This record gives sequence, C-alpha cells and structure tokens, in this order.
Amino acid sequence: MIAAAFDTGLVAAALPLAAINWHSTFFLLFAVLACVCAIAVVTADNVVRMALYLVLSLGATAGLFFLAGAEFVGAMQLMIYVGGTLVLLVFGVMLTAQAPFVSIKTAPGDRALAGIVGASLLAVLLLSAFSVEEWRKPAAGVVGDPTATPIGMALLGVRVDEPPAGSPAGVRSGYLLPFEIVSVHLLVVLVAAAYLARAKRRKTPRAIEVAASAEPPASVAEHAAIGREPAGRGGSVLVGGPR
Amino acid sequence: MNPSALVPGGLLAMGLFTEPVSVAHYLVVGAILFTAGVACMAVKRNALGVLMGIELVLNGANVNFVAFASPYLQADGGRGLGLDGQAIALFVILLAAAEAAVALAITLNFYNNHATVDVDRADDLKG
Repeated sequence: MIAAAFDTGLVAAALPLAAINWHSTFFLLFAVLACVCAIAVVTADNVVRMALYLVLSLGATAGLFFLAGAEFVGAMQLMIYVGGTLVLLVFGVMLTAQAPFVSIKTAPGDRALAGIVGASLLAVLLLSAFSVEEWRKPAAGVVGDPTATPIGMALLGVRVDEPPAGSPAGVRSGYLLPFEIVSVHLLVVLVAAAYLARAKRRKTPRAIEVAASAEPPASVAEHAAIGREPAGRGGSVLVGGPR
Repeated sequence: MNPSALVPGGLLAMGLFTEPVSVAHYLVVGAILFTAGVACMAVKRNALGVLMGIELVLNGANVNFVAFASPYLQADGGRGLGLDGQAIALFVILLAAAEAAVALAITLNFYNNHATVDVDRADDLKG
C-alpha cells in the first residue's frame, strides 16, 4: 500500500503546477494553522503564549471565513475577536499575571484524562462530520454575491438576498429584533463589566499581603469577611472614592 | 517549477491539494477547534485559560455555521443556509465579546479578592 501510494505520488508529482487547486491549498494552510495553534493553546502553560496562539488560531479562522465566501463575517472576526476580545484578554493577563501566577501547572493525570476525553469527543465529531454523503461532495465552486450589503439590510429588517432552496415563499423576517436585543444586551454587559471591575486597587495590596502571610483557610475566611464588609477595613485607601 | 519540490507527493496523491474542498473539510476544522476548546476548559487551572477555551468552542461553532452557509462550498450549486448562517455567526461573535467582557471583570474581581486566578482556589461556596 505504501508502494502504491508512492507510485501515485510520483505520478502526481509529474503533474504541472496548474493541477494544484489554490483554494484548497490556502484552505489547508489556514486550517492547519488554526488547528495547530488551537492545540498549542491547550498544551501551553504560559498564559501569555496561550494568548498568542489564540490570536493566530482566530486569525487563521478568519482566513477560512474569507475562503468560504463570508467576507463580512471574516472581517468582523478580525475586528471584534482579534482586535477587541483578545486585547481584552491580554489586558486581563497583564492585570492579573504576577511571577508566581503566570503559569499554573496542570496535574499530569488530569492532562491524560482530558486527552482521552478529548480524543473520544473528536472521534465522535469526526464520525458525524463524515457521515452525511452530501457534506462529503466536493464544492461546486459557485461564487456567491458580496455579503456585506445583504447582511446590513437584513440587520435593518429588510431581506434583499435570495431565499435558500426549499424554503417556503413569502415574506421573510429580517434580524431587526435580534439586532436590538443584542445591542441592549451589549450595553447592559458593558455597564455590568465596568461596575464589576471598578475601584479594584484598594483591595489588591491587602489581599496579597494576607495571602502571603496567613495560611490558606484563615486567608479564605479573611477574604470572605473583606468581601462582605468592604467599608469596615482600616488602613485601606479608597482610590475610587465611596460608592 | 516542479510541485514535488514544494509538497510531498503523498499529499498530492491524497488529493488535498488538487481536489476542491467540501463542507466536511470545514466540519473537521470546526470539530478540532471545538475539542481543543473543551479540553482547554477542562484542563486549565488559570481562569484566563478557561476563557480562551470558551472562545475556541464558540469559534469552532462559527466555522460550522459559515461552512453550511457558504454557497461556494455547496456541492449541488445551492445556497446552503444562505445568509442566515452568516448572521448567526455574527451574533455569536458579538455574544462572545460580551461574555469575554463580563467574565474578565469577574476574573479581575476574583483576583482582587484572592490574589490569584487559580480556579481551584474558588471554593468559598463549597459546603
């Protein structure tokens, strides 16, 4: 079998460069980059390196979106994920990472167990991915229309794209209501995040000092007390002012 | 230029470089991203690592949505899910951003109270 593969490989190697499907080649490039970096996120211990691998994986996924003809979603992936969410994550790393806490090791037993469970899940997902005949047929390569205008109009409640085959004819609803829900959701979430993360400097020195000096059970009780009565602690500096 | 100098002949024989991709190719990538995310959520003791696992899971789901929505990848020349899949992928990206903001604020709060981001130390409510 290896000899046969080598034989066909020699035949294929004699093919001209024009036989290469460049769409598939770039797909392979981005797919391998995305998958390898995603696995590197799992295996890396340093949280800064994990963030770097996550940037590469999400950026390669944006390339996959471009290759699938979803250029608007790919651009949003680059702008929101790579440009926004990951900057947020890196800020989180910078605000919380100190020398003893940058890499928190996982036990080898947990790692092996997670590997087994992950491999089983991956086997099930791959089986189901290859189980449908229609999904395995090679793409016909129909180049679709540009998607930015139809998506923008659909978010305003007007559908200008053609309905998918087999769907009932008639008036189709756009995405005006989900758009409004998501926008209000985003506003609430950002207000809540600002509220949760406010005035954090007044607790940090004391918490570190307590964690460094006392044994864990006492420090946990102390932190619980701090959490309940933030105003009752003497010697703390109210940087952010009273609530 | 000889392609055998660029890629191994065995891979060319497998048709990965010469055949057009199918929806199943994208599903494989989505499955690997999803599995890596689940393993990341389960393994990492760093709260930020758990957050990155969630991002990977949502991203794997997005790959599937875009693959099913892409007219380019459909074998029969149909439109697949059409625009709906891409719109859902957009909403998933937005909700992932919102989730990351709140989870990061919670992580910062936890760090301020416990001086660590180790999720194993978050056992205050343990009975």
